[in-house]
Amino acid sequence: MKILTGNDLRSGAVTWWNGTGWSLFVDDAVDVGDDAEEILAREEAARRVNVPYAIEATIDAGGHVRPAHIKDRVRALGPTVRRDLAVPTANKTGWDWVI
Amino acid sequence: MADNLGTSPDEVQFRFRDDEAVDHGTVTVDACCDQTNAAAVRIEPGDDARLLLPFLDRLALVEVNFPSFGDGRGYSAARILREAGYTGELRAVGQVLIDQLSHMRRCGFDSFAPDKRLDEEDARRAFATWDNVYQRAADARRTIADKRHEA
Amino acid sequence: MYQYDQYDQAMVDARVEEFRDQARRRLEGKLTEDQFKPLRLMNGLYLQLHAYMLRVAIPYGTLNARQMEALADIAEKYDRGYGHFTTRQNIQYNWIKLEDAADILADLARVEMHAIQTSGNCIRNISADHFAGAAADEVVDPRPYAELMRQWSSFHPEFTYLPRKFKIAVIGSETDRAAMRLHDIGIRIVKRDGEVGAQFYAGGGMGRTPMIAPLIRDFVPLDQLITYAEACLRVYNRYGRRDNKYKARIKILVHELGAAEYTRQVEEEFAHMLSVGVEPPLEELARIAAHFADPAFVEGPKTLDRSDPDFALWVDRNTHRHKHDAYVSAVISLKPAGGIPGDATADQMRLMARLAKQYSFDELRVMHTQNVLLPHVRIADLHALWTALDEAGLGSPNMDTIEDIIACPGLDYCSLANARSIPLAQRISERFAQTGRTEVIGELKLKISGCINACGHHHAGHIGILGVDKKGTENYQLSLGGSEAEDVSLAKITGPGFDEDGVIAAVEKVTDVYLEARAEGERFLDTYRRIGMEPFKEALYG
Ligand code: HEM
Ligand code: SF4
Repeated sequence: MKILTGNDLRSGAVTWWNGTGWSLFVDDAVDVGDDAEEILAREEAARRVNVPYAIEATIDAGGHVRPAHIKDRVRALGPTVRRDLAVPTANKTGWDWVI
Repeated sequence: MADNLGTSPDEVQFRFRDDEAVDHGTVTVDACCDQTNAAAVRIEPGDDARLLLPFLDRLALVEVNFPSFGDGRGYSAARILREAGYTGELRAVGQVLIDQLSHMRRCGFDSFAPDKRLDEEDARRAFATWDNVYQRAADARRTIADKRHEA
Repeated sequence: MYQYDQYDQAMVDARVEEFRDQARRRLEGKLTEDQFKPLRLMNGLYLQLHAYMLRVAIPYGTLNARQMEALADIAEKYDRGYGHFTTRQNIQYNWIKLEDAADILADLARVEMHAIQTSGNCIRNISADHFAGAAADEVVDPRPYAELMRQWSSFHPEFTYLPRKFKIAVIGSETDRAAMRLHDIGIRIVKRDGEVGAQFYAGGGMGRTPMIAPLIRDFVPLDQLITYAEACLRVYNRYGRRDNKYKARIKILVHELGAAEYTRQVEEEFAHMLSVGVEPPLEELARIAAHFADPAFVEGPKTLDRSDPDFALWVDRNTHRHKHDAYVSAVISLKPAGGIPGDATADQMRLMARLAKQYSFDELRVMHTQNVLLPHVRIADLHALWTALDEAGLGSPNMDTIEDIIACPGLDYCSLANARSIPLAQRISERFAQTGRTEVIGELKLKISGCINACGHHHAGHIGILGVDKKGTENYQLSLGGSEAEDVSLAKITGPGFDEDGVIAAVEKVTDVYLEARAEGERFLDTYRRIGMEPFKEALYG
């Protein structure tokens, strides 16, 4: 599936497109299909998100949204070397999920 | 002949000169070097501003084009002309944005024709950003070091 | 230490207001991200993996306690309680909000600090030998020249949109502790027949095409220093490549023109510039230099009680000869085994500040090895200092050893990364600390970058590790034989890459080869230079 991510313009926080707005949790990301370009242009112009982009993702065995690239998985959870700072998320698959 | 090259006085948004603005098109640097009568020329980022030095006396307007604000060659071109004694109008054209104005001014530009008109209030603030300056440049302002050590 | 006068203060204050206005216009939509990006970068504000990142300049690495405390306060107030000291004597915060950035810059300005030109295609923070003003082997103190250049390069009207970033380092001794020849311009302040002047190197750098800067002028008189630098920059601004951002650094220009032709053009521009008169008055240099006068050193014992072996080891490893024989410079290691290289918590920063006040004339230095230095410590105070550091977990005796790893933020923080660097550093330092091999091996500089940009200086590591992307998984290339010191050289790749476990095992194998082959007194690098790559390859792939 195709999902959208970016950073919040004001806070810089990593966000994910949930169909109506931008969520802090990767699990809220929804498949945007062919609408990616249009949503990205509109949302960026509205300054609700900064430098957003579309990425490939899958739903993993546990039912969680899993971005295809390791970089976006690091973004979803936080630095692997500072697990104390992790994004609080529904993802219970743990840090192996990132790598 | 590229008569329609260049900006017209109407497009100049900020001008720090009292003389009458030149009201005809500019020619390229190459054309300027070949032609004996051109009084207005336009420098593109890749042009060598020093080619114009023999003709400074007859030039009344030099436009320096910034097709992209991130290409800073035009700042050197401007200073080189001023260092060589050029006193005519030096106009920054193209992608001229608020936050480049004060540096351009210091490099010797005295007129500005941005391809998108700038917010007047923001621009006024930008021109006045620096009460003092660290380096000598084309504007002959006394530097901080000069002030620190004046007799 | 340099102190701002009313002018310096007004300049940073003006900059804060300028940035506040720019951020406002961005948030109001008057600036697009494309337009805003170079402006925020010139104030050290990146957008990284998890948030905005702010890089604060620590000019030539020098701080006083009040400034270090301010850094701690910022870490707590606006970030998540820590900061990361970098190889170019800056500190980075990883969790910054755009909305807060102007306030942070204002807090910095209150303690004479800033984030000006810590990124962007402009002249970056000037770095210098971290032992400046303290080292026994120093010929001339480089700091006044670095400060003169800081002022000249700040808000330079002509050189703010260069083809690419521009980094300058200044040293004042034969020994190079600032990777001077791996900078766009490297300057060594020298003395010739009693006259002080500057040696200029140009066109060094790391990144994807590492190059060692050639000497372009052996002696620039002091009253022409800025003029010469200005000429170097103007030639670069006019002719550096802008068609390809990977070929835009000055090293490519110098390489493509040849050092001789680049030098000829600089000399021509220089002759012209001399007639224009851009040099600040020489009294300005004298004014600045007065700020760097020696602190009031006092006589004291020159030897110490070495009966505690842990203390003795720390002294041997982490202290450096001082020009005054009752003093040493002491390194506070930010490389605890298993820790994140260069990270310090707000509490650790405050402790370092307190110790600097107590033991080092209120002065600290950020080292390019991502450690912190107390430049002037009385030998008589060393034991007390070490005790305080040890209690706080800052007493690792590992300077210049395999545990003293330089690592870039890598994929844990950096949006350009291919692979993580920090976990490797953690596992390697832990492993060598556990097996006790660190001391046996002695000096060994291991440097890790998470991608080809080489922020972790892997090209200059005795052992270098580069993270690469292998079909979506992390992979690591090993290289050997680099050095950034006065015996500068670029490391060579051993062969095919490894996965994370594999590269850690490979580092161990490589150190085994060294231990077996080394001759009396040889460092890893010396042995490598003597026996060449083959025996190492054999052990790794044979
Ligand atoms: C996390 C954000 C960072 C980003 C996005 C970043 C980006 C880059 C890039 C793109 C280059 C290559 C420049 C070129 O070759 O043209 C580079 C080089 C470099 N960076 Fe970073 N960097 C980051 C963090 C750091 C850190 C934390 C350090 C210090 C530990 C550092 C120090 C350096 C050094 C020393 C070089 C190589 C020297 C040179 O050729 O300029 N950078 N960086
Ligand atoms: S080397 Fe690459 S991964 Fe590491 S900090 Fe630099 S740009 Fe990021």
